[in-house]
Amino acid sequence: MADPMKIRANVVGDSTEVKVLMNHEMETGQRKDAQGKTVPAWFIQNVTATWNGKTVLNAQWGPAVSKNPFLAFKFKGGAKGEKVQIVWVDNRGDKRTDEATIA
Amino acid sequence: MALQSGRVAVAALVVAAAGVAFGQGSTVDEIAKYREALQDGNPAELWEARGEEMWTAPRGPRKVAFTQCDLGLGPGVVKGAYAHLPRYFKDADRVQDLESRLVWCMVNQQGVAPADATKVTFGDGAARRSDLEALTAYVTGQSRGVKMDVALDHPKTREMYAMGEKMFYYRGGTHDFSCATCHGADALRIRLQDLPNLTTLEGAQKAYTTWPAYRVSQGELRTFEWRLYDCFRQQRFPELAYDSDTAIALTTFLARNANGAAFAGPAIKR
Repeated sequence: MADPMKIRANVVGDSTEVKVLMNHEMETGQRKDAQGKTVPAWFIQNVTATWNGKTVLNAQWGPAVSKNPFLAFKFKGGAKGEKVQIVWVDNRGDKRTDEATIA
Repeated sequence: MALQSGRVAVAALVVAAAGVAFGQGSTVDEIAKYREALQDGNPAELWEARGEEMWTAPRGPRKVAFTQCDLGLGPGVVKGAYAHLPRYFKDADRVQDLESRLVWCMVNQQGVAPADATKVTFGDGAARRSDLEALTAYVTGQSRGVKMDVALDHPKTREMYAMGEKMFYYRGGTHDFSCATCHGADALRIRLQDLPNLTTLEGAQKAYTTWPAYRVSQGELRTFEWRLYDCFRQQRFPELAYDSDTAIALTTFLARNANGAAFAGPAIKR
């Protein structure tokens, strides 16, 4: 089970600014271990952000994204007290869902 | 024609000289900008969150939580505790830095075998995660903004400080290096990394208050003991043992010299 994300969501003007820290190894599949064996690729492939059941962001990621990725984005709308949900799925099929309240 | 090309050559030279001067200044500036840009999404927070969870959970054979662990301000008190460490602990009869104190609490309160407590001092990816790094991240994060105030009020702390100072200036190893070789003058660097001059107040404060830190190049959170460990490796000194008097002495020396500055860790470094 993956560790939780850290999500902050704040109202800025007529938009909501969301900042997400994800806990993930993000292995590229290019590295070799001490024995010379390739470390298999292991990375987040899909990130979805929803607000009030509506998708506000959908991203397809590859192995070029850094370890423990930080994602910041804005969407129009959102009010204090409402929830933003983030879901990521990696190439092993592991999934993590976390939620934050807009402040 | 000859005159013209001469003029061009002079112009090119001026540009080149300006380029060198500009290049050095701007590299430092650009690294500072890079650090600033990263500050917002510091993954150290992920370690802090994990450490916070571990702090209150019953651990070890005796099922005792860290809430029983006294970091100097009373059992379980973490707020501001790091700003006063290292310090002398009566129960352990020893001067301890944060990492040593955590190990002591694991062994003496939670009943963890000493070898298990220090099995993974420095983590390496998902397969080798260090509890000590997560705990250190959490505890130090609770001192953010607190002024460093390490008191030399006990003879043993003073002794540790003196030993740390001696160690700092002690030259040895295949390179005949001391800590002061790299950290005893202004504007020294390793490749593009500026090295802090730890013999000045400003240098000592800036360096000490920004550890632990998330190292982007390693994707790991590193504690102050790791910083010392890796400096020893770079100096070609014998391997610095975790929780050793040498590590604690150097930490005491450097922490005390940072007194008065607001603690700013866990930070983020390249």
